[in-house]
Order: sequence, then C-alpha cells, then structure tokens
Amino acid sequence: MAKQLDNNQTVLSLADQVYTSYRQRKRNEQTRVLTVQLVTLTFLLSLWEVAGRNAWIDVLLFSYPSKIGTLLLDKLIDGTLLPHVGITVAETIAGFLLGTLCGTAMAALLWWSPFLAKVLDPFIVVMNSMPKVALGPLLIVGLGPGMPSIIAMTLAVTVIITTLVVFNSFKEVDPNYVLVVRLYGGSRASLFTSVILPASLPTIISTLKVNVGLSWIGVIVGEFLVSKQGLGYLIIYGFQVFNFTLVIGSLAIIAIVATCMYQAVSYLEKLLMRRR
Amino acid sequence: MEAAVHMQDVTYVYVTERGATLALEHIDLTVQPGQFVSLVGPSGCGKTTLLSLIAGLLQPTRGEVQVGGNKIVKPSPQVGYMLQHDYLFPWKSILDNGLTGLRLLNRLTPDTRRYTQHLLHEMGLGHCESLYPQQLSGGMRQRAALVRTLATEPDLLLLDEPFSALDYQTKLQLEDLVSETLKTHCKTAILVTHDISEAIAMSDRVIVLDRDPGTIRKEFAVPDAMRRAIPFAAREVAGFHELFNEIWNELLVMNGEAEKDGEATGQ
Repeated sequence: MAKQLDNNQTVLSLADQVYTSYRQRKRNEQTRVLTVQLVTLTFLLSLWEVAGRNAWIDVLLFSYPSKIGTLLLDKLIDGTLLPHVGITVAETIAGFLLGTLCGTAMAALLWWSPFLAKVLDPFIVVMNSMPKVALGPLLIVGLGPGMPSIIAMTLAVTVIITTLVVFNSFKEVDPNYVLVVRLYGGSRASLFTSVILPASLPTIISTLKVNVGLSWIGVIVGEFLVSKQGLGYLIIYGFQVFNFTLVIGSLAIIAIVATCMYQAVSYLEKLLMRRR
Repeated sequence: MEAAVHMQDVTYVYVTERGATLALEHIDLTVQPGQFVSLVGPSGCGKTTLLSLIAGLLQPTRGEVQVGGNKIVKPSPQVGYMLQHDYLFPWKSILDNGLTGLRLLNRLTPDTRRYTQHLLHEMGLGHCESLYPQQLSGGMRQRAALVRTLATEPDLLLLDEPFSALDYQTKLQLEDLVSETLKTHCKTAILVTHDISEAIAMSDRVIVLDRDPGTIRKEFAVPDAMRRAIPFAAREVAGFHELFNEIWNELLVMNGEAEKDGEATGQ
C-alpha cells in the first residue's frame, strides 16, 4: 500500500515536472519574442532620431521622435491635445456602435422578410461597391459641418458591410437549430431571439472588430473635410502650416488609441465567448 | 380508444429546383397508444419524410395525418421529435436547453421547471444542470436532448436515428434508457433506424419501407418475449436472430429488385 502511494506520488511529480518544464519553455519563448520586439522598436526609433538630428533625412517632412515627443508633451501640458483626442474617440465609438447596431437591425429586417431581401439585394451590392467617403460633400451640406456629419460618414462606411456580413451569418445558422424551434411551433420573433441572434453573436462581435478600423477611416476623413476639432483636424492643420511633426504626432496617437480600442473589443469578445 | 397515429392514403411529392419527386405513396399506417414502432429501409425510402409529416413539419400532398384523433396541419406540442444529433444550443446551459420547448410554448412555470429538473435527475444529468453542452459527452448530450423532448410532455415521440451518431456502448445504454423511460411515461413512439437489431430490440412492430417511391413493403410483429425484455436483453431472447434474418432477407430481396429495375430501364 505504502509502496503504491509512493509510486503514485512519483508519477504525479513526473507529470508536474513535465508541466513545469513545458511552462518554462513557453515563458522563455514569450520573453525572447518580447525582447526582440522591444529591441527592434528601440532600434528603429533611434535610427530615425539619429537620421533626423544629422539631417540624413528631410526633417521638415519626416521630423524625428524626440521632436514629436516634445511637441505632444507641450500640447498635453497646455491642455490643447486631450480635447482633440477626446472628440475623435467619442466620434469613433459613436460611429462604430451605431454602425454595428444599424447594420444588425438592417440585417434583421432582411432576415425577417426574404422577399424584401431579394428585392433589395442589387441595391445593397451597388451601395457596397461605392466608395462611401465620396458621400462626404452631400453629408456636410445636408447635416452641417460638425459632429453629425462626421458620425454620419462613419455610419456610411460601416453600415452596409455590417448588414451584409450579419445577414449572411443569419442565413447560415444551422437549419437544425431552426428546426428545433419550428418543432415547438415557435413564432418568427421567438425564432429570431432564441436562435438566430444568439447563434450569430460571434459574427456580430467580429464585425465590431472590423468596424473599429473602418470607423477610424470614416472619422478621420470626416474631420479632414469639416471639423474644427479632433485628430483628423490636427493632421490637416499640421499639413496646412507645414508642421509635419504635428501630423506624425497625431498619427502616433491614432495608432495608440486605435490599438487600445481594438484590444477593448477583443476583451469584450473573450468575455462574451467564454461559454463557446 | 383513439389511435395515437393514423395515416390514411398519404402521398407526398417533394419539390426541388430540379423538379418534383414522389417521396411517399399510399401510406396507410396506424399506431396504437403506447406502441413502439420502428421503420427500417434503404436510404432514400422517405423515412425522415414520414416522420416530418407526422410532426406537421410537412403537409401531405394527398391523404391525411391524424395524431390522437386530430388532423395535423402544423407542429403540435403533442408530438416530440428527437433528431440524429442533439442540436442543443451551445449558448445555453443544460437546464436552459431542457426548458427550450416549454419557453417556446409559453408553458414555463415553477411546476414544469421542477419536472424538467426531475427528468434531468432521472437521466443521470442532475449534476449537469448548469454545465454547457460542449462540456458533455455525446451520450450525455443526447440524454439532455431527450429531456428537452420529454419536458413538454408529448404523447407521441418521433425518434429519427437518435442513436446512430453514438459509439456502440453508449448506444446500447441509451437504447435501454429510452425504452425504459418511454414505458414508464406511457409514450407512443416511432423510431427510424438503419440498425435492424436495434429496431427489433426496441419495438413492438417493425415496418420495412421500399423506395422510389417510398411505400410500406412489409410489417413484422415482434414476439411478446422480446417486447417485454429491455433492448439489451431482447437481443438474447430465442427467435431474435431468426427475425433479424427475415428482415435482413427482405431488405436483400428489395435491393435485388431495385438493381433489376435499374438494368431493365437501362440506368
């Protein structure tokens, strides 16, 4: 008995050992990847800095990191940076939430009436192939130069593709799940809420991810065209006064904020998909 | 007493983009309450179509289908349907899956909820209430699907190859469980299967269907001794193999005729 127990312990500790060394190797690999990533980034930034300071590259056009950093820090301290960031982020969030919601609602409408879906099909295809930012002038005149036009622009960029993708996923729900509801004589409304929508939730979340990227396009182009505030405005302003340090600085902020938003949506996705 | 199922001269034409095919022709079938009937036959003989007609998912082109004396025109809560796969909703817990039917029928009350929990216990799934389908094995999932089907207390159960996707051992265990459950709850059942020994072991009558078009070819009564035994034991009852061979030969003869027909029409 004692011997068997001993044996069990050996086996357990062997499994533990293997697991520990597996974890160790995994951690080592992660550390190596992260180190190389940081080294690469530092190297590129330093190269840029050195090239800029020694005028190997056109400083007017390319600027260099410390100059950009100083400019952003100054703007941050005198309080002229954050309102721009805030307004753009607000517009982007509003745009991509509205785009996803309206797109899903449109998809629901098309699912509800297959006849309507068939009738609207060519119209949607045409709208999808059109470059939506070309609607800019119409939106500005229609909604006035300000936040509504910018959000409308974002909506225009996101809504059609969301409709198409979500409608497709509605149609591709396993017909046997639909059959389960039909067997209990469920209405179309209860079919939608109990099967179609929950089964398509992963797709809707992933369109949310795509829409984060698309919304940035809509918002920045919108701000290029009309606004007096926002990161898109800073870029255009920097371009007009030939301050490319400001342009690149704004780009850097966009990159950081857009990544944060993308990660936030990924986190939301993980949270919602835990059970699948 | 009213027949549990009564099909009178039922014909069904199946329409696709390519054209229409005669799936079932002149089906007359009566099943008495509490009876267990199996349908066997080659693939494409319209077994699933037959179940869909009884379930009210399809409407007969000719003839009439009655369940418990009522003409069936749409799915009715009197009829429970079990599919080859469980089709439990992956986004719902096992208990919620069990309650699906009750929710859709607006019959979810504390009583029916307790009954569903009782069924889960009866099927050995009492500890799985809050788990999700993907955390369960195939056999457990199929048992959960059975709970979902029984929770709405249908009088008639339609079983469309519910054991065919399971491994052999699980299949045998589940056959016994389903058979016992149906007996204790006094349900009528129609089982579609490819497995002749499963058909004999579980049922009171075995019906062999012919194809192109689907018709009832022959009916076999299962002897009392086999009917009384649980499915696992029924396979050991004397006469089981003779009956098996009889049905097997019927299917062979049918196949031979189909091949000859094929040659004659030059197919």
